[in-house]
Amino acid sequence: MSAADLDRAAELTAPAPAERGSGRLILAAFARNWQARAGIGIVVALVLFCFAGPLIYRTNQVTVNLNLKDVPPGAGHPLGADDAGYDVLGRLMVAGQSSLELGFAVAIATTLLGTIYGAIAGIAGGIIDGVMMRIVDTLLAIPWLVLLLIMVNIFPPSLWTIIALLTLLSWLGVARLVRGEVISLRTRDFVLAAKTMGSTTNRIMFRHMVPNAIGVIIVNATFSIADAILALSTLSFLGLGLPPPHADWGTMLSNGLNDLFNGYWWLVYPPAIVLIITIVAFSLIGDAVRDSLDVRLQRR
Amino acid sequence: MGAYLIRRAGQAIAVVVGVTVLTFVMIHMEPGSVARSILGIRATSDRIAIFNATYGLNQPLYKQFFAYVSQVLHGNLGTSYYLSQPVSTLFAQRLPRDLFLLGSSTVIALAISLPMGMYQAVRRGGIMDNLLSAVSFTLYCMPAFFFAVLLVAVFAVQTHIFLPEAPSGTSIGSMLTQPRALVLPIATLTLIQVAGFSRYMRSSVIDTLAQDYLRVARAKGLPERLVLLRHVLRNSLLPVVTIVGLSLPGLVTGAIVVEDVFNYQGMGLLFFDAATHHDFPILLGSTLIVGVATVLGNLAADIAYGILDPRVRYVRG
Repeated sequence: MSAADLDRAAELTAPAPAERGSGRLILAAFARNWQARAGIGIVVALVLFCFAGPLIYRTNQVTVNLNLKDVPPGAGHPLGADDAGYDVLGRLMVAGQSSLELGFAVAIATTLLGTIYGAIAGIAGGIIDGVMMRIVDTLLAIPWLVLLLIMVNIFPPSLWTIIALLTLLSWLGVARLVRGEVISLRTRDFVLAAKTMGSTTNRIMFRHMVPNAIGVIIVNATFSIADAILALSTLSFLGLGLPPPHADWGTMLSNGLNDLFNGYWWLVYPPAIVLIITIVAFSLIGDAVRDSLDVRLQRR
Repeated sequence: MGAYLIRRAGQAIAVVVGVTVLTFVMIHMEPGSVARSILGIRATSDRIAIFNATYGLNQPLYKQFFAYVSQVLHGNLGTSYYLSQPVSTLFAQRLPRDLFLLGSSTVIALAISLPMGMYQAVRRGGIMDNLLSAVSFTLYCMPAFFFAVLLVAVFAVQTHIFLPEAPSGTSIGSMLTQPRALVLPIATLTLIQVAGFSRYMRSSVIDTLAQDYLRVARAKGLPERLVLLRHVLRNSLLPVVTIVGLSLPGLVTGAIVVEDVFNYQGMGLLFFDAATHHDFPILLGSTLIVGVATVLGNLAADIAYGILDPRVRYVRG
């Protein structure tokens, strides 16, 4: 084995145990955190409720049944029925599918787009960085609801267009964060050391920068799930949400609010509570990830 | 500092130009004819041609854009197609109402959340901290429209303490004569902001409390009250200044919802109606105003940051 090979082997093996160790520390801190446990527990329960629930609790969510219009909670309909005669409990499950799918899809798309864009801007630097960041600033300067109100008129709303629109509006924050991380990491000694050892830009990027920036990225992704679900509910309230055959918690809630003053509380509080619990759960996970990554906070 | 300011101002101008181009192109991508949506479906082709010629809608897009820009640079925001009034007149009626709504709620929110965040950080882990955290966390996670309607249900429908609808007067003076109608819209926006600001303030103070200069301040015998006021408060305010500057677009979103719920005749409702009527001049004008306000807000926050924290100047300038 040549000296160069030895060096290479040393480079490959040396950081790995340390990294695994710190990863395990972070995981341990995450597992100790009550917010993390509560958040993940709630999310698992919600996913089961929405995706496995309809298999056990079968309801008609397709045809309108006016005999059941606004039936209060009771036998056969634990949470009553809405103004089209749909069982509210069953509808919560079906609506949750769209809400959760949208949340996860937007978070994944946002994270990928934002990370790549931010990393390119951060590594390129100079004029390219300047132009790329001014584009981000421009989009950030217009309130997202204003942009959405215009764009919803251009693209007819469906689950996929709303996912695409929300992604287009929410990758900006990730891009800024990742660019900032990359710029601050670029000047660190370990990057210089890797460069001196002859690492390629790609290797520095994926071996050194991405693992160091991953914390910020994950925290942001968790929050963007919550933000997307909230944004969809606001759109539904303004009448620009998913079109009728679809259901989502926001639409259920805003429809229910029309009947709040008629005393039909079962159309308002169930979707409101599920919606808020979902957002709380994802925010708890986000907070917990951030806390377990923050070394200084652990020491205190 | 001078070079830094010039560079920041240059970036700000680039962003304003970007906002104008982007909204212009997007708005003109909307499907459906403007003339049809204003004149109705039975309008004759002659009338549509006249409408398009009057507003220059038969010109190529780039010509329309440059015509619009030169108009704006001359201080003319155009005439609303739907309301047939100059956009500047409409804005002059609506904008003060929004400045009042957003300004008062932000000031009240800061007055509540700064002491609240500081108290929570100093007493962190205590019962009050956990209680306040839970409250602000729940508020933070609640859709704004649901929160607004809940306030109406409790304080206007059940108990009749406040009115469910915003004051109808056009001037601020006449609005102030109906304080019972003003409480709920302002309270909604205030509490939404308290939820965000207090969380930032709390974590910012926690960060500051771990700094070494506090140990020095205590070691030289400074009373705890002065340590908190002079060293903790001032240093913790820095990140919050940036957040306040950045929060404007989010606040505008909140304002659109609040105006919709309380029928508060501000820019948000005007924009919302314009979006459904293809009323280009109003859409363009309001995005331009919000964009400029956001850019100025961020610029002001950055400058304030530079004044409050000399280190920033040297690093960036």
